[in-house]
Amino acid sequence: MKIPLSWLKDFIDIDGLSVEDIARKLTLAGMEVDEILYAGLEMPTYKEGEKHEFKTNGIAWDKEKIFVAEIREVKAHPNADKLTLLDLFDGQQGQIVLTGAPNIFHLKGTGKLEKPIKVAYAKEGSILYDGHVEGQQLMTLKRAKIRGVDSYSMVCSEKELGITDESDGIIILDDDALVGMPLADYIGDAVLDISIVPNMARNANVIGIARELAALTGRELKQPKIELKTSGDSVEGLVEIEITNSELNPRFVAGLIRNVEIKPSPYQIQRRLKLAGIRAINNIVDASNYAMIELGQPLHAFDYDVLKERAGKNKIKITTRTAKDGETLTTLDGVKRKLTSMNVLVCDEKGSLSLAGVMGGSESEVYDASKEVLDAKGIETKADETPQGKITSRGKSTVNILLEGAAWNFINIRRTAKQHNLPSEASFRFSRGVHPAVAEQGVKRGLQYMAAWAGGAVAPGLVDVYPLKPKDSIVELTSHDVKKLLGIDLTLKEIAALLERLEFKCEVKDTKLIVTAPSHRMDIDEGVVGLADVLEEVARGYGYDNIPVTTMADALPPQVGNPVHEWEEHLRDLLIAFGLQEVATYRMTSVEKESRVAKYDEYVRIANPIAPEKSVLRRSLVASVLDVLEKNIRLGESISLFEIGSIFEPVKNDLPNEPRKLAIAMTGLREATAWDVKDSSKLDFYDLKGRIELTLSGLRLTDVSYTASESTPYLHPGKAAEVKVNGQVMGVFGELHPLVKEKYELGDASRPVLVAEFDLELLRKATPTYGIVPVSEFPPVYEDIAIIVDESVLAEEIEALIKQTGGKIVTNVRLFDVYRDEKIGAGKKSLAYSLTYQAEKTMTDADAAAIRNKIVKRLEKEVGAKLRG
Amino acid sequence: MLDKLNDIEKSALESLDAITDQAALDAWRISTLGRSSPLMSVFAEFGKLSKEEKPVIGVAANRVKVALEAALAERAQAVKNAALAKSLEEEKLDVTLPGRTKHIGRLHPSTQQLRRVLAILAEMGFQVYTSREVETDEMNFQMLNFPLHHPARDMQDTFFVEAGDRGDNPILMRTHTSPGQIRAMREAVATNPQNPPPIRIALPGMCFRYEQITARSEIQFNQVEGLAVGKNITFADLKGTIADFVRRMFGEGARLRFRASYFPFTEPSAEVDVECFVCGGKGCQVCKNSGWLEILGCGMVHPVVLQNGGYDPKIYSGFAWGMGPERQLMLRNKINDIRYFWGNDVRFLEQF
Ligand SMILES: [Zn+2]
Repeated sequence: MKIPLSWLKDFIDIDGLSVEDIARKLTLAGMEVDEILYAGLEMPTYKEGEKHEFKTNGIAWDKEKIFVAEIREVKAHPNADKLTLLDLFDGQQGQIVLTGAPNIFHLKGTGKLEKPIKVAYAKEGSILYDGHVEGQQLMTLKRAKIRGVDSYSMVCSEKELGITDESDGIIILDDDALVGMPLADYIGDAVLDISIVPNMARNANVIGIARELAALTGRELKQPKIELKTSGDSVEGLVEIEITNSELNPRFVAGLIRNVEIKPSPYQIQRRLKLAGIRAINNIVDASNYAMIELGQPLHAFDYDVLKERAGKNKIKITTRTAKDGETLTTLDGVKRKLTSMNVLVCDEKGSLSLAGVMGGSESEVYDASKEVLDAKGIETKADETPQGKITSRGKSTVNILLEGAAWNFINIRRTAKQHNLPSEASFRFSRGVHPAVAEQGVKRGLQYMAAWAGGAVAPGLVDVYPLKPKDSIVELTSHDVKKLLGIDLTLKEIAALLERLEFKCEVKDTKLIVTAPSHRMDIDEGVVGLADVLEEVARGYGYDNIPVTTMADALPPQVGNPVHEWEEHLRDLLIAFGLQEVATYRMTSVEKESRVAKYDEYVRIANPIAPEKSVLRRSLVASVLDVLEKNIRLGESISLFEIGSIFEPVKNDLPNEPRKLAIAMTGLREATAWDVKDSSKLDFYDLKGRIELTLSGLRLTDVSYTASESTPYLHPGKAAEVKVNGQVMGVFGELHPLVKEKYELGDASRPVLVAEFDLELLRKATPTYGIVPVSEFPPVYEDIAIIVDESVLAEEIEALIKQTGGKIVTNVRLFDVYRDEKIGAGKKSLAYSLTYQAEKTMTDADAAAIRNKIVKRLEKEVGAKLRG
Repeated sequence: MLDKLNDIEKSALESLDAITDQAALDAWRISTLGRSSPLMSVFAEFGKLSKEEKPVIGVAANRVKVALEAALAERAQAVKNAALAKSLEEEKLDVTLPGRTKHIGRLHPSTQQLRRVLAILAEMGFQVYTSREVETDEMNFQMLNFPLHHPARDMQDTFFVEAGDRGDNPILMRTHTSPGQIRAMREAVATNPQNPPPIRIALPGMCFRYEQITARSEIQFNQVEGLAVGKNITFADLKGTIADFVRRMFGEGARLRFRASYFPFTEPSAEVDVECFVCGGKGCQVCKNSGWLEILGCGMVHPVVLQNGGYDPKIYSGFAWGMGPERQLMLRNKINDIRYFWGNDVRFLEQF
């Protein structure tokens, strides 16, 4: 919402307040000023090291160089057909000014003007925006010779003065401009660009902001003066209104003005509208828009004669109703719209006239024969666009106007505007809520401006159907309520003073304050919610900055921690300690992307994906991590990644399951290379297994076993294992299947790619509390044994046998070599173990030999092992 | 005899002076002080001397022996020092050659920031509470005072999930962690329906918004909310708690301001700005020349939300605030593109 300061001044005296003061007060009270745009007024200057407060843009108009001047004659340029020379008076002397402006070109060579044209005149050295380049670029006006004529000053366009982004001619000022007056003093302005949050919809207009500012500064709000001079027959006898659903249409007000002349609005009005971000169209459209920006009530202007013609001999009867499913309406943008029973229509006896509160129909729009079909709601239609189906010619321009100001259900309007994708200034306001009370004021204001700018006579009276008058909310509160929620001590009188500034009516009854919300407010409820609504207004009025800063005195709940969260964080710490980099990926992916590694029949599907590659929720965390591995494959000699997160398993018509998973992917060199380390061995199955072992032991899991597994399709069938803890499968890992690997761009094909996937809930539940093994005061004895066994014997079996046989004395069994050669024989392998013996005494050689013999005998017996050399 | 001793001393000292290595030193010791050295032969022939000669020669021979031994010790030390100096010189490294490294792992920057935030909150008594990422419209919106079709929903563009026709309760990707507020309150109420306990929790987790992915906007982001509910919690307490948090997160000198704002699930609501720590409030690109950075939204829990959680708003009050760890990191580490976070380029990740 853009509010020009000059417009704000119509309703509040801001003397003594700088633009920044105003912006700061509004911002802190919930109307955040995103930017201040200067269009003429002096800008604040910040010295080195001084604090800024707002994003600012625009230019100040130099009072020594930029003035109001008048063109007295438009003469031909001796050497250029498209340029003209202006005979101009700047208040002190005559000037010859060169221009190419198209909007005075028709006056070329017509001699001395009967009525001089008032313009904005800039002298040499003025800082302006360059009118000849795209966008806004500052330039300093310099002396130059153009086609043989000396040029040292110029007549400005809106773009050059920073009023609009583009313009097609020079500004022609209103007649009241005083020649010689600095332009900044005449129309210098600044615009506050304010964010309007949904519960402040009431302030999406000039008077709303003025009212807030008045409350914040303790100044007086100057209510708009609405005075209508009326003549002719009253509208009440000419038009009848019927509302069929008062929930959807609580009020409908219509007024009539006769014999208007459609032409441009006064420049001051156009300028304010443009600064507010609204295109100036003509005096009728501008009057509707101007009244809307000012008071917040969107208006809709019908061509009264079209309505009369449609009604024939009958009285005009306007009915509001919901559309029939499939009913159509051609809106003024020329689009034939298919409607649903949710949409509300404004109709006459012959059919629909407009999509209520959103957009008018083309047939009954105000029509300017000299230009175009026009839109009373400010929707942009460019002159050179003629959308298909548009009625472009109705003969004569509109002269009689029926002006509608209605109230609509904001949720219904929001849905309709979304359904038909029709955002507009009107639907923006209606879809956030416009109080029905504003409708009458809005229509009167619109008629007042039409009469002022387009001539014509306002018909007496209004047709006002108001079946659902909202009750003004009443809220009771006490000083205790204020203390309890806000933490501040205020008397009822002080509370009342804060609220009355915002037009709440307050009445003290014993210890209670009875507060009645003003009739423009739709955001104040009753009961316990109403209390919060009113307390918010008290807090805003008191100033958030003035509320004290205290330490919570309320009871601290028992501190219980979150073991699940803490366990996951512990797991992350373990994984990074073992050299794995954490990644975090999108939950949304595509079936195609995941199908490279795993295929699932069912997915949780996004109904409104932003792109096909983000259309389902992931089911495989391995797929996510492999995608990242692929992306980074050329960025390091070794890449080891993991992710912890949810996957999503669909449940028909219900919320999906969101199990937490861990996925690991790694490939590349085992050791970091250095200038003297040339180890090129690559990460393989056992590197991943080692990290898994370390991780599981870091989680204190003891009963862990690994079994070969061919059941995971994306893993190499001979290099894959299931991990069981306490006999239950917790995850799988291994080398990526060659056929899966082919589907990724993973660089050097000789490098194995290792992946692992674990279910975190199972792992966490298996994680025990634990006690340590005491450290013995006696020295351990280390011994190596090497045995030869058949290839088919698994390392796991041998280790289990050694541990079983050795009992408590054998505290560690570490395989340090696996060896095969001819001497050992085909189909055989040698395994070398380093054993640690620990007894609660100093062991002798004989003690060690006894255990060793026992172990060897057991291995011979159970797996046919032979002790090696 | 005395002359002979003097000659022995003189020539021995002369030859010692020329010695620079251990082997020559050993040879000198044998030839000068060894059993068959001229000096030792003087001692060996001591018995043959006259009674008068004995004390004179004895004293002189001993003096020479002590002197030569001292000279040897001194020379030996010098030789050792020289050898050490030589070997140290020879072992000299190029200390500018790079060290040998390891492949190491790091936490994702979002995890790191989440930990910082949650650690501060934990010390303030706010314990972690997590909940699901796919939610119902009811939990994500309706319970949090976003009625159906309410314009407040425009503030949070939503991804919906295909789940058949569920009428007014479609399934969606949560747009904030706030559904956890309702779940946590209901769980707490279940423990003591007559007198629900106070609540102080932190709600971290991934949230989703229907946006285009650009340098400034993402479809997913982490959020952390704080929620306190109790029988006497005020807006002033909210200010105090936020001030505590901001001091610890952004430094002791961090100035902050509370601006009135609107969130459907809090009332009164506020947005909190901290003085731009990039420029110190003087105005820069990061703060768009405003001198302030918007860092969190907060407010007193809306009575409807308390009610939906099972807490009577006539008795209980509370506050909540929400913030984005990725946004905090972007401000703190001058990250100009939010897409880095889920882009997972190791060249980005390695910088944290
Ligand atoms: Zn800054």
